[in-house]
Amino acid sequence: MQHRGSRSSGAPGSESAPRTPDKGIGRRRFLGYLVAAPTLAAAAHLGQSAAAPREAGAVIPSAPEASEISDLNDLMTAAAAPTSNLISVVVNSDGTASFDMPRSESGQGVTTMAAMLIAEELDLPLDKINVTLADARPELVFNQITAGSNTVISTYRPIRIAAAIARGQLLKAAAVELGEDPTRLTSYLGVIKAPDGRTIGYGALAGRAASQQTKQVEVTLKDPSEFTVIGTPRNRIDALAAVTGRKTFAMDLNIPDALPTMICRPPTIKGTPRSVANADEVRQMPGVTDVVQIATGIAVRAKTFGQCIDAVNALDATWNPGTADNESDDTVLDKIRQAESPFTVPKVDPAAEVVEGRFTFYFRNNAALEPNTAVADVRPDRAEIWAPLQTPILCKQRVAKQLGLQEDAVAVHVQQAGGAFGRRLFDDAVIEAVEASRKMGKPVKLMWHRTDECRQGRTHPLCTSRIRASFSGDNVLTFEQRHASVGTDYSHGFGEMLTATNDDDRPPVVRENDKGSAGQVFNLTVNVPYNFGAVTQSLDEVDTYGTFPTGSVRNLVNPDVRTAQELMVDQIAAKMGKDPYQFRREFVDDERLRAVLDKVAAEGEWGREMAHKTAQAITVHKEYKGATACLVEIDCRDETVNRKIRNAVTGPRVTKVVMAIDAGLPVNPRGLEAQMQGGIMDGIAQALTSSLHLRDGVLLEGSWDDYFYTRHWNAPLETRVIVMPPTTGKPGGAGEFGVASPMAAVACAYARATGTIPTSFPINHDTLSFNPKPTVPPLPPSPTNGLTFTY
Amino acid sequence: MRTHTFIVNGERVHVKIEDDVRLLWVLRDVLGITGPKYGCGINVCKACTCHINGKAFNPCSVRVADIKGNDEVTTIEGLPDTVGADLHPMQEAWLERDVAQCGYCQPGQIMAAVAKVRQAREAGHEVNDADIDEIRNICRCGTYARIREAIKEGATKM
Repeated sequence: MQHRGSRSSGAPGSESAPRTPDKGIGRRRFLGYLVAAPTLAAAAHLGQSAAAPREAGAVIPSAPEASEISDLNDLMTAAAAPTSNLISVVVNSDGTASFDMPRSESGQGVTTMAAMLIAEELDLPLDKINVTLADARPELVFNQITAGSNTVISTYRPIRIAAAIARGQLLKAAAVELGEDPTRLTSYLGVIKAPDGRTIGYGALAGRAASQQTKQVEVTLKDPSEFTVIGTPRNRIDALAAVTGRKTFAMDLNIPDALPTMICRPPTIKGTPRSVANADEVRQMPGVTDVVQIATGIAVRAKTFGQCIDAVNALDATWNPGTADNESDDTVLDKIRQAESPFTVPKVDPAAEVVEGRFTFYFRNNAALEPNTAVADVRPDRAEIWAPLQTPILCKQRVAKQLGLQEDAVAVHVQQAGGAFGRRLFDDAVIEAVEASRKMGKPVKLMWHRTDECRQGRTHPLCTSRIRASFSGDNVLTFEQRHASVGTDYSHGFGEMLTATNDDDRPPVVRENDKGSAGQVFNLTVNVPYNFGAVTQSLDEVDTYGTFPTGSVRNLVNPDVRTAQELMVDQIAAKMGKDPYQFRREFVDDERLRAVLDKVAAEGEWGREMAHKTAQAITVHKEYKGATACLVEIDCRDETVNRKIRNAVTGPRVTKVVMAIDAGLPVNPRGLEAQMQGGIMDGIAQALTSSLHLRDGVLLEGSWDDYFYTRHWNAPLETRVIVMPPTTGKPGGAGEFGVASPMAAVACAYARATGTIPTSFPINHDTLSFNPKPTVPPLPPSPTNGLTFTY
Repeated sequence: MRTHTFIVNGERVHVKIEDDVRLLWVLRDVLGITGPKYGCGINVCKACTCHINGKAFNPCSVRVADIKGNDEVTTIEGLPDTVGADLHPMQEAWLERDVAQCGYCQPGQIMAAVAKVRQAREAGHEVNDADIDEIRNICRCGTYARIREAIKEGATKM
């Protein structure tokens, strides 16, 4: 612990004196609640609004993009305000505090962040704060979605308010016990001390400080100058559980009689089962207890998952066609090409030079390492669900509808996720588990096989991004971006927050896809972070959002959108005869961007001499109330590109990354660094190696040795993340923020090292680097030769 | 169906199950040892990495019948006992560097790291970047930078 000292009491309730007199106190006074409970419970409304002011730009200022005035996070926080309910911090008689967090923890570190906020305002050590994940709470409406890097932004104040009220109440109870004025007491690490040295612990006070009735109280939060926890690097609160194997995921749960269950799936995307010839025979296989047909395939329940795999592969099933049986990468790209909107900005200056680019980004898998898993126990009058979920309320509502039950008859327990990356926004596995459990009349622990994850799991949609820019002298006059994409499914919750427009003159695909809200999400997330004169950006979609099982991967459209932009920025700079770093320095539309750019240029030794076929590149990104810049070095020499590793893609290696992030107020710099490191690995994968190949309705990849996410041998040998000191005083997002600028930088570095500007991503997509596994039977057989690979 | 017996984390176990059930499912679904994770089932992702007689291996790809009676299987749960401590030095290094994010692959990463350090030493050198590049364990959160640091640090205390 790094608490630097005790602090005096103050103003926990409106009748008390302020903690310390200062001018900023009005801005730190908030209303919260004491909640009637047997032990001390303090609460606050979840929800705040914060529209970031926009700074005027230099050079030729661009009109502010929609995302700069009101971005997705403003929408998510504002949508909450009128409907949100209370979140509570509870102090227990053993001296610990508990917080049931209405968010999903998937590795992004939000439970640690929440514990830090409580530790700060409650003056309690981190290891005495227990943060659990709340069951689905429908009364929270929009406020239990975990997405858009919004968790810190939307919970920063309410959690602190609740913790501060709890501390105030403890001081009052201690004052009675110790016969002292509360303003003369100090709190430190869970102990309250009187001036004469007498002490009393929080545990002893928890019951006495409990409120008999729920009432509103005013509280003053700490001044940032007093922070001893917020802003200091802390380790994850679940780190010990993770390294000892004790951290529990949905598939580790021991729910009585919830036996392993898997699904035999169709050979093409979204196919459906027609008939099964040998269900009885398969039921007789070792370990197998049940075989039932469900909407998406044939569900098999057995004593072990291994026996499920064997049974799935033994099924003799026939299938109806899927939704994309005749589609391949090329056919989808043709459709996209036809849907691409023309550029519209007229030539401003007859003498201006024009540059144009068109970039293709292939389907990508947003699977986590923990596959889709859901435990379901469906009874005639109720159902209980355990699953990692970013949108648990929606899941609860969908399950209730599926079973014809009242919502309160469905309990949804949110589990820690083994990664999310967008996939846990959807409850596909829960709906399947519920159907299987209902039809079998038994609890099930449903898990997707890895091959299912690749072939029937959700994908980041194939898309193109076209850019036309014009410049004259030292000014960029116009910058237009036309993004065209397979429809993205945002029907999981973002959609409900947004008011869909209904213009019936629009083509059917657009009308249908607006239900999925992709257009609005695009407008609320993209920007061009440079002063480039007349700037326009738009999205066109093909196929209804349900044709392919889509869902955005981490950082939504921006890794693609920004990669296309930064490749063009380097071209414009080159044509103007300007250094890529100096050009960006001159044109960025935000001082915070300029600061992170300068930081990585200095720390990453921008401009140092590089060997032939190796190069540096530098990029920026602005989103989530923050700013990032990334400098990478890439090695495209033959001896590196042609490294041979069994069943592996090698190719160019990013050897060094220096990234800087200004998150406004970094709550946990160590966690923020981790999120950026992860984003870097995603950016490298998406630029160089990871994509899905669509051929005749089949995604060819079937394992992690087909779908090439970054591996140890492609990870940079040197990765440095610089967390900038606080700037705005308000925390920004982290989880998704780290992908866009590294992906763009890797693409730019590749262009500079090879002299060839890449136009499709990942750069290795045109070469199929593996032998596709059969689609029938659907799963690869379990190997038996594991002992020949020991080391 | 016969009864298979071998040693897991220092204790002899007896499991009555079909010969061809892979050891991963015997550990997880029968014995309730859930530290080794499923990530692919075909010896690719390495999330289930454990040790057999001190060497790294993947139980998703070994039939239970191929485990001999005196084979010693160590999962992440049993790793600290191999050094007679609450935590193995590699786990300590992992905590020191705050390596884990979601944590799902981390038991396998740690088991692989310990074996890789030993393998390097048997080859006469300390673990280096080239050795770490050979590790196939996937971390989808992308914690590779901290894993690399933690392996080198953990090795110094092994």
